[in-house]
Order: sequence, then structure tokens, then C-alpha cells
Amino acid sequence: MTTEKHTEHHSSFQSYVTGFLFSIVLTIIPLVLVLNDMLENPLLLVIILLAACFQFVIQIYYFMHLRENKNRGYIVLALIVGIIIVVTVVGGSAWVMNF
Amino acid sequence: MIESIKNFSSDFFVTGDPLIYGADVSIVLVMVAIIFVLTYFKKWKWLWSEWLTTVDHKKIGIMYLIASLLMLFRGGVDAILMRTQLAFPNMDFLPSDKYNEIFTTHGTIMILFMAMPLMFALFNMVVPLQIGARDVAYPFLNAVSFWTFFFGAMLFNLSFVIGGSPDAGWLSYAPLSETQFSEGPGQNYYIWGIQISGIGSLASGINFLVTILKMRAPGMKLMKMPMFSWSVLSSCIIIIFAFPILTVTLGLLFIDRYFGANFFTLAGGGNPMYYVNLIWMWGHPEVYLVVLPAFGVFSEVVATFSKKKIFGYKSMVFALLSISLLSFFTWVHHFFTMADYKVDAFFAITTMAIAIPTGVKVFNWMFTMFRGRIQMKPPMLWTIAFIPTFLVGGATGVMLAVAPADFQYHNSYFLIAHFHQVLIGGVVFGFFSGIYYWWPKIFGFSLNEKLGLWAFWLWNIGFYVTFMPQYALGFMGMPRRVSTYGWDMGWAPLNFISTIGAFLMGAGFIFQVWQIVYSIKHRNKEGAADPWDGRTLEWSIPSPPPEYNFAIIPKVSEQDDWWYKKQKGLTKVKEDYKPIHMPKNSGIPFIMGGFWFITGFGLTFEWTWMGIIGLIGVATSIVVRHLDNDTDYYIPVDEIERTEARIGGTR
Repeated sequence: MTTEKHTEHHSSFQSYVTGFLFSIVLTIIPLVLVLNDMLENPLLLVIILLAACFQFVIQIYYFMHLRENKNRGYIVLALIVGIIIVVTVVGGSAWVMNF
Repeated sequence: MIESIKNFSSDFFVTGDPLIYGADVSIVLVMVAIIFVLTYFKKWKWLWSEWLTTVDHKKIGIMYLIASLLMLFRGGVDAILMRTQLAFPNMDFLPSDKYNEIFTTHGTIMILFMAMPLMFALFNMVVPLQIGARDVAYPFLNAVSFWTFFFGAMLFNLSFVIGGSPDAGWLSYAPLSETQFSEGPGQNYYIWGIQISGIGSLASGINFLVTILKMRAPGMKLMKMPMFSWSVLSSCIIIIFAFPILTVTLGLLFIDRYFGANFFTLAGGGNPMYYVNLIWMWGHPEVYLVVLPAFGVFSEVVATFSKKKIFGYKSMVFALLSISLLSFFTWVHHFFTMADYKVDAFFAITTMAIAIPTGVKVFNWMFTMFRGRIQMKPPMLWTIAFIPTFLVGGATGVMLAVAPADFQYHNSYFLIAHFHQVLIGGVVFGFFSGIYYWWPKIFGFSLNEKLGLWAFWLWNIGFYVTFMPQYALGFMGMPRRVSTYGWDMGWAPLNFISTIGAFLMGAGFIFQVWQIVYSIKHRNKEGAADPWDGRTLEWSIPSPPPEYNFAIIPKVSEQDDWWYKKQKGLTKVKEDYKPIHMPKNSGIPFIMGGFWFITGFGLTFEWTWMGIIGLIGVATSIVVRHLDNDTDYYIPVDEIERTEARIGGTR
């Protein structure tokens, strides 16, 4: 029991570090692009949105312990609802503010 | 030196207003009184070990209840002050800047520090008992939720006497809430009071979602779960998705104010309309998440007092879940005048669509009552009063949903009347109904019904007298948030009537306080375990329940399981006790809340050092908790036997 717990701790720690590195990189890319005026719209916008999408995937994959959980039904359901809400929030805002 | 202290304190403390000096004096007197009573009766240790460190969901629920009733008092006083100012034309009872502060704090306190904690009080007091669990999924986190809420609320309330209140409206629209227009600490109080209590709200949402999904008694399938628990589940779904939006929005506003960013300032390339858009993405789901548990209360109350199973169980569940999803698709109806006509059309339709599941629920309640043996007990009275009130509130809501018409109604007293009608008629009546219903369960004695009847009629008559004239005032063109008006407007008579109604509701509240005090003094413990002949599991255990709730976890086979067992004579349980695994009390949530308070206070006054000290304290509390392995214990069998024999459990 104790050893099992130990290895589990170890692997999740590694996963956190990897996830953290990935998400830091994905934060830095848009920041550098915007601060240095390196790109023009719409390419800039596309890259920022892509970075955000990858960020989402990385947060889910590395921090949420989805792979360890056996109850797939809840996870899939929660993800679907979450994605619907995120798309509504982002897409809806873009639509509302576009006048 | 003395001069600079003088300058500092005249900025730091709010001065120059007799109301505020009155508040100062009463705050000091109340604090002295509390300290004196606790010391005189040697209750400090009791307070700390029984309440401040508790992780018991029932005690946390009671603390939520007390805090929210205090906040109801504060918000109510705000309302009475505003109505007094508006009673006659050209009144100079409140200057306009004070009026702005008071309508801001009234709104914020009533929604975030009264309705939300009253809702969490019901969650805590009822959900684990109703699903046959011994506590919530994360008892420690539950205590953290309470204390972050509590210290957030205290921080917000402190603004009245120290530093000055926020005055940019209950949602603090940018650019009014930016440094350019609201320089003082008031707006920072708003941000940090809400941010800190928001941590608690989000944590509670997660906590109860997990509790309901994972900790139901064996045999209680989701579709056999009591309706109140279903409503809590739907409400938690909204909390989890909506509150992060609030945190981000206020976070951006804070960055604007503290670091001089320009998310919401037009001059720096930002756009204040983004703020309006974002805050309503939280704000609209917010009002649905507070009303859904009230719907759950009505479902329980109607079934119990009609002696019938709830009509249309599946359609109720469907309605709850569809409201929780649809609530995320309507936010633009709060600013129709800002958006494009195509956008308006879409959001007008989604708004009207929400009326459908809500209508389903109202019909289900009525069909539950149809041919039932209705008992007019206090919880049922509030439920029956709710239906016509909510009907008018809903109908005016659909009127406001019509985008072109809304261009006329918006920002007027028509809107004020509408949302008070749904929030008081729906949320407040619903939570009162729930408090009256579950009071005997939590406290072990019943409330005096006669005083309750007085409170009920005063609240109801007061409600209609206050808000019906406001619909008319809206049509007469009276805009919201005006501190005074002239005789020539013709608004005087209706405003005066409205003010009378506000005082009637205030009297109703006093009767409720009297009712509680009277009932505590003359404890009527008769039949408190199951006073209403209830249907769900919470009524199967003694009142108040022991700390472990269920000595033996019940096995559920039917939808209204306790009712079913009573009908079949299956209420006897074999007394086969096993040691019960319980969480230990912990002082960390309280201390952590205190550090959050320090953080919030420091950032409010832009004393970065103090903010950093507070945050270090918060981080240390988390680490200390993480290193602590001694967090749980077992209650031995002989102790359970003794407790059960004393309270007469396991019937």
C-alpha cells in the first residue's frame, strides 16, 4: 500500500512539472508576440487562440488526473458540458462584442 | 507627526455623517458586549472548540444561517434607508453620494452575502442528511468555504466605517469602477470582499457536487434522490462554471486598478463593455443558481404537506438540469441596448425559453397539490405565497425579455420591481420555507407558529405594497438609482406607498427574530424528529442529529424512502453498530480565513506589504494542513450505543 502510494505521488509530481513547463511556454509565446508587435492580425489572433486551446488541453491532461479515474461517464459528461460553456463564453463574447 | 496621524485617520475612518458615527458606536458596543459575555460565562474555549474549529456540516450550516440573517438585517437597513429617502420628493435624508453607496452595498450584500450563504446554510443543513451521508465529501474544505465567505463578508462590511463604501452599483460596471472615477478604497473592498468569499462559493459548489455524486446511501440511485438534492446538484453545476468567470472579471478589474492596466478603459485600448459582458456571464447564472435550491425546497414542502409523491419527478429533474444549462445562454438580456439586433433576437429567445422548464415546475407543484391532503403549515404557506408572486415575476420577466420593449423598460423601476419580485418571491420565500421546514431537524425544537404567521402576512402584504407601485413608477418613467425627485414628476404618492411596504417587510423580519428568540426560550421539543410526517431520510434520525448523523447508514429502495418505510412498518433497524470514521476539528480554516482578511485589507488600501504577509499566511496554512496526518478518528461502538440511547435514535 505504502509503496503504491509513493509511486503514485512520484508520477503525479512529474506530470505536474511537465504540465507546468508546457503551460508556461504556452503563456510566454503570446506574451512575447504581443509585447514586441511581432505579428499582425489575424495571424496573431489565431496563434493566441491556438495557444489557449493547447493550454486547455494541457491543464486537463496533466493536472486533472483524468487517466487515473475509472468513472469515464462522469468525465466525458463533465468535459462536454465544460466545452459547451467555454465555447459559449468565448464565441458568445466575440459575437456580442462584434458591432 | 501628529498632523500626519490626523490626516491619515480622517482618510482611514469615514467621518462627517451622524449615521456612520452611530454605526461606529454600535459596532464598538456590540463587540464589547460580545467579549464581555464570552468572558463572563467563560465561553471562549467552547466557542473555539465547538464552533470556530468545527468541520461538522450541521454546525457550519448553522453558522451560515446566523451570518446570512445578520446580512439580511444589514441589507434590509440599507433598503429601509433608501425607501425613507425616496418617500417624499426633494428629501435630504441621505446625500446623493451616500445614496449611491447604500444602493451598491444593498445589492451586493443581498445577493452575495445574504442569498448565497442562506443557500449554503440549507445545503449544509440538509443535503448530507437527505442522502444518508455522515458528512460532506470534504469536511475540511467545507470549513474553509465558510470562513472565506465569512471574512470576505466582514471585509466588505468594514467599508462602511473604514475607508468608505463602494458606490459603483452592485455589479460595479467599468469605467465607473475604474480608478479614474472611483479612486478610494471602496471599490477595492468590493473586489476583495467578493473575491475572498468567491473562493468559498466555488469550493462549496465542488464539495456538494462530489457529495451528491459519491456519498449517497446504498440503493439511492440518482433517479431516486430527493428533489432538493437534485436542485442542489443543478445549482452546483452552475456554481462551478459561473464563479470562475466572476473571479477572472474582478481579477482583471483589480489589475486595471492596481497595476494601471487597461482591460476596461477606453483610453488605453480596452473596452468597458467587455466588463459588462463578462460580469453578466457570471451574473445571470448566479441568479439561477440561487433560485434553483429554492425550487428544490418547494418540491420537498409541497410533497410533504400534500401527503403525495411529487408530481412528474422526471420532468422536474429535466427542468432543473435544463435550467442550469440554459442559464449560460441568456446573459445578453441584461444589456440589450449595447448589442447588435441579431444578438438581441437570439438572447431574447433563449431568455423566453427558460420560462418553459420553469413553467413545467410550477405546474408540477400545482398537480402535486391537486387532490392532496394539504396542511397549511408555515413552510407550506410560504410555498403557496411563492406561486402567485413568482408567476407575476416570471411574466414581467418575459416582458423584459422582449428586446424592443426592453429598450423602454430598462433602467427603470419596472426592472427593479421585476427582479425583487423573483428574488424575494422566489429565493427569499423559498429559503424561508426551507428554514421553517428543516428548523426542527437541525435545532431539535419547533418554531412558534403564531409569530410565524404574523411574519408571514407582514412579509407578504409588505412585499406587494412595496413592489406593485414600482411597476407603475417604472411605466411613469422613474429611473433606478435616483436619489431624489421633484414634486412635478408625479411620482410622490406611489413612492410613499412603496416606502410603507418596505417598513411592513421590516416589521415582518422583526417578527421572525422575535419568533426565533421566543422559540429558543420556550423550547417545544415535542415530535421534533419527524414533525411534519416527512418523506425523506433526514426525518428518520433524531433531532438534532448526532455528529455522525446516521448510526447505521440506511439502505434505500424507494424514491421517498422514509415515507415508504413508515407505510410498510420497516422503520426498525437492527442495532448492529460499527466504529464510525469521522474528520477531526481543525483551526486552520479559521486562521486561513483570517489571513485572507489581512490580504484583502492590505490590497484594499494598496499596502502591498500587508497583502504579501497575508498571502504568506494563507500559503503557510495550506502547507501546515498538508503536513498534518492526524486528521481523522473513529468513534467506538460503545460511544455510539451511549449516544443513541441518550437521544433515542435508531427507532
